[in-house]
Amino acid sequence: MSELTEMVETPADVPPGLARRVIDSDLFYSFRRSPLTMVAALVTVILVLAALLAPWIAPHDPFDPAKISIMDSLYPPVWSDGGQSGFLLGTDNQGRDVFSTILYGMRISLAVGFASVVLALFIGVTLGLIAGYVGGAVDSIIMRVADVQLTFPAILTALIIDGVARGIAGPRAYEDIVFWVLVLSIGLSFWVQYARTVRGSVLVEANKEYVLAARLIGLRPATIMFRHVLPNVLGPVLVIATINLALAIITEATLSFLGVGIPPTQPSLGTLIRIGDDFLFSGEWWITIFPGATLALLALAVNLLGDWLRDALNPKLR
Amino acid sequence: MLAFAIRRLIQAIGVMLVVAMISFVMFRFVGDPVSQLVGNDTPPAERAQLRKELGLDDPIYVQFARFVDKAAHFDFGISYQIKQPVSTLIAQRLPATLELSIVSAILALVVGMPMGVYTGLYPHSWLSRLFLAISLAGISLPTFLIGILLIFIFSVNFGMLPSFGRGDVVSLGGYWTTGLLTRTGLQSIILPSITLGLFQMTLIMRLVRGEMLEVLRTDYIKFARARGLSRRAINFGHALKNTLVPVITITGLQLGSIIAFSIITETVFQWPGMGLLFLQAVQNVDIPIMAAYLLLIAFLFTLINFIVDLLYVAVDPRIRIGGAKA
Amino acid sequence: MTAALSVRNLRVEIPTRRGVLTAIDDLSFDIAPGEVLGVVGESGAGKSITGSAIIGLLDPPGRVAGGEILLSGERIDNLSPSAMRQIRGKRIGMIFQDPLTSLNPLYRIGDQLTETILTHEAISAKAAAEKAERLLVEVGIPAAGTRMSSYPHQFSGGMRQRVVIALALAADPELVIADEPTTALDVSVQAQIIALIKRLCKDRGTSVMLITHDMGVIAETADRVCVLYAGRLAEIGAVRDVVKRAQHPYTHGLMAAIPSLIDDPNEKLEQIPGSMPRLGAIPAGCAFNPRCTYRFGRCMRERPGIYPVGASDASCFLHDASGEAPPAAVVRNAIDAGIDVRASEGAEP
Repeated sequence: MSELTEMVETPADVPPGLARRVIDSDLFYSFRRSPLTMVAALVTVILVLAALLAPWIAPHDPFDPAKISIMDSLYPPVWSDGGQSGFLLGTDNQGRDVFSTILYGMRISLAVGFASVVLALFIGVTLGLIAGYVGGAVDSIIMRVADVQLTFPAILTALIIDGVARGIAGPRAYEDIVFWVLVLSIGLSFWVQYARTVRGSVLVEANKEYVLAARLIGLRPATIMFRHVLPNVLGPVLVIATINLALAIITEATLSFLGVGIPPTQPSLGTLIRIGDDFLFSGEWWITIFPGATLALLALAVNLLGDWLRDALNPKLR
Repeated sequence: MLAFAIRRLIQAIGVMLVVAMISFVMFRFVGDPVSQLVGNDTPPAERAQLRKELGLDDPIYVQFARFVDKAAHFDFGISYQIKQPVSTLIAQRLPATLELSIVSAILALVVGMPMGVYTGLYPHSWLSRLFLAISLAGISLPTFLIGILLIFIFSVNFGMLPSFGRGDVVSLGGYWTTGLLTRTGLQSIILPSITLGLFQMTLIMRLVRGEMLEVLRTDYIKFARARGLSRRAINFGHALKNTLVPVITITGLQLGSIIAFSIITETVFQWPGMGLLFLQAVQNVDIPIMAAYLLLIAFLFTLINFIVDLLYVAVDPRIRIGGAKA
Repeated sequence: MTAALSVRNLRVEIPTRRGVLTAIDDLSFDIAPGEVLGVVGESGAGKSITGSAIIGLLDPPGRVAGGEILLSGERIDNLSPSAMRQIRGKRIGMIFQDPLTSLNPLYRIGDQLTETILTHEAISAKAAAEKAERLLVEVGIPAAGTRMSSYPHQFSGGMRQRVVIALALAADPELVIADEPTTALDVSVQAQIIALIKRLCKDRGTSVMLITHDMGVIAETADRVCVLYAGRLAEIGAVRDVVKRAQHPYTHGLMAAIPSLIDDPNEKLEQIPGSMPRLGAIPAGCAFNPRCTYRFGRCMRERPGIYPVGASDASCFLHDASGEAPPAAVVRNAIDAGIDVRASEGAEP
């Protein structure tokens, strides 16, 4: 095996130039080789763009009470009997256009998702670097906390944080801060993986001679960490972040569905599904199925990207 | 072996103490326990009296010790919302949750393991690709969405299976209720257990597949091939046994998260278990129930972890003999 | 007499995204019954791949793309997987480089041995266990009876390699392929293991293909030696001849690069300039030509065949009596170095 790899390996004299290196890279190669990944990337880009541009492309503004009429409520999608031409995917019980609420809802879902991944990444990478580099008691404390945290599924951690925030803020103020509470509770439930990965690499890298050399020439530990060690863990961290994004979006949707997330006045995808769930039995399936399909599509596309990234960056599994 | 068990036990107690501390902090500092118990018109003097009686004026460590002592005796106080002892509420709900979780876990294991072994052995067959596609969907589809879909298909459209509740239950010895002995009970558990088990199933499948691929690349498998052993002996004897160690670990841990994840499934199917109780507690900031649930889950997790560790030892001789590190 | 193993024009290819690489190119050699053939070369020369190809365990995507492999006169390279399985272990035993990873950590030593014996012989479990114990005694495991129920991690590296040898010999194969059997071991243990392999195979009349990069091991153990360079045969011949009077410039350089205790310590070791080419970048003509001190025009254009020189065969135009002749200066240098040039001398440039 080792002999084979050694024999096949590319020569060390890689031609310079970033564009050339991207096109030549294994990553780009595996991207082009996988039609599924390309579709997933396309879907992700379209969904993210649709969410970003919601105010411009949505046919209705579902958050403006002046523009919605209860008279329009519960229209089925256009192609069904009784569908109204202005409402592509039908309307919900308050007369909001389902297509527009999905676009706006996705905005909130993606915003919570991205923000909580950034938070988790920041906390995890920082603690991982500290644990790995400082070692000793600091390391044990951080990793024990991580162990305890790992004992609980993310959704439980998020629920507890949510409940505590509710208790501290009181129901009125809670509505105003719910976005940040969600970001905090989801972000705090996902940091452990980053910390473990980063700590592991730091322990490996810190013993290598170039780090020793960097120390000997008097570089500060922080400089060594950020300039030399961090680049080595970027790959795995990126993989975790991508898969986490899908997880974070799902977690937000789940919390909102459970009724402890985004309130119905400015619904996220999860809230929309929760609202629609009540109408499933009376036959108004479109209120819940369309947001559900969007959520599934988004999570699937991001997961596919994450899967591809993991396989492409981990040659051992190829 | 004994030393190993004791070391693990001490670690487990440590984890439990940390969780107890979190529970206690929540219990003590989120909202005022006194104002939860009395009306708004209660005079301050009466409140102060109550504080004293509840021991809220004692030093924090005394209060914590009292909290731990009570928790060890399953005394978690009175629910703010329902005004009943938390332990009673949980005892009523526990059988429903455990039954659902265990049925789901068995389902996940019985279906997920063979799928994982197959996809590991034949990574390029079309069936493996199909399994992988399904598993990706299983990971990407949120649990509650799967539940809604199942209800939509099997309850709303076909009217085949019940969409909520536990069906008829039978009481066993006054402590335990089971739905597994009645027809409606069995019908009722089908959709929730699939919903709850699907995610774990895909996880187990992917894990077994990954381990299988990893092990099949090792030198000792190549050497086993070079010795001319049969495919069956290599795949199911040498390879599968070596994948079992991580599979046991993760599957065991998954059983813990199944119990926690049942919060979602119980909400979708209005399953009268602990998860539903906990969720209502979160919505109503019913801290005693939250604290008790947290402790209970941590306890179950730690217990499962401990059992998993012991199983681990039974499978891997490197840990069993002389306690050498794996 | 039929050779125990005969490899004819073997070609192994590895398809990659940058095109199909040829890992083994037109390789032929024989191993006589009871003979020990050493296979040497730098890492990446294709030694292990040759071994894997013979036993039918090439790592995918590598594949045998041409040539024949004959075991006692029967072709085995085109057998069905199940027929090949009956040859592996039974007629060809294999010893791998790393004894630490060759044994399944979760099975007892005795179980791994009896499992192998029972796969190939129709005997009772009890008889198999007895044979397993005898094998352990033979490979020099002390207290073999009690060690049967030990796990691999309870053995040292050297002891594990003895177990691996017992496993390879369990079904009394006609041929043993030993792929770097001592590389992962302590120097003090290496000699013991080599002596053990040699003794056991001699007792049983088993042929051995000993893959190594250590010329010292070859000189001590092998009857003949086959030198590989970039997946091609450079030279093959009796060990004595190749060590004393190497005929291929590469082998010649290889021998000169071995430090000797007898030599003057102040004398500089010779080394071959440059390094072996990657598979994707093998030059036209002779694969060794960029590093060769004796190269001339033809070496850059044509691929040399195999030419007999004395009792050896070498793949070098210096030994080709026909075709373009090397320049006189090259011939003189080569003769000075001890190479028996057969090509006629060309004109001075």
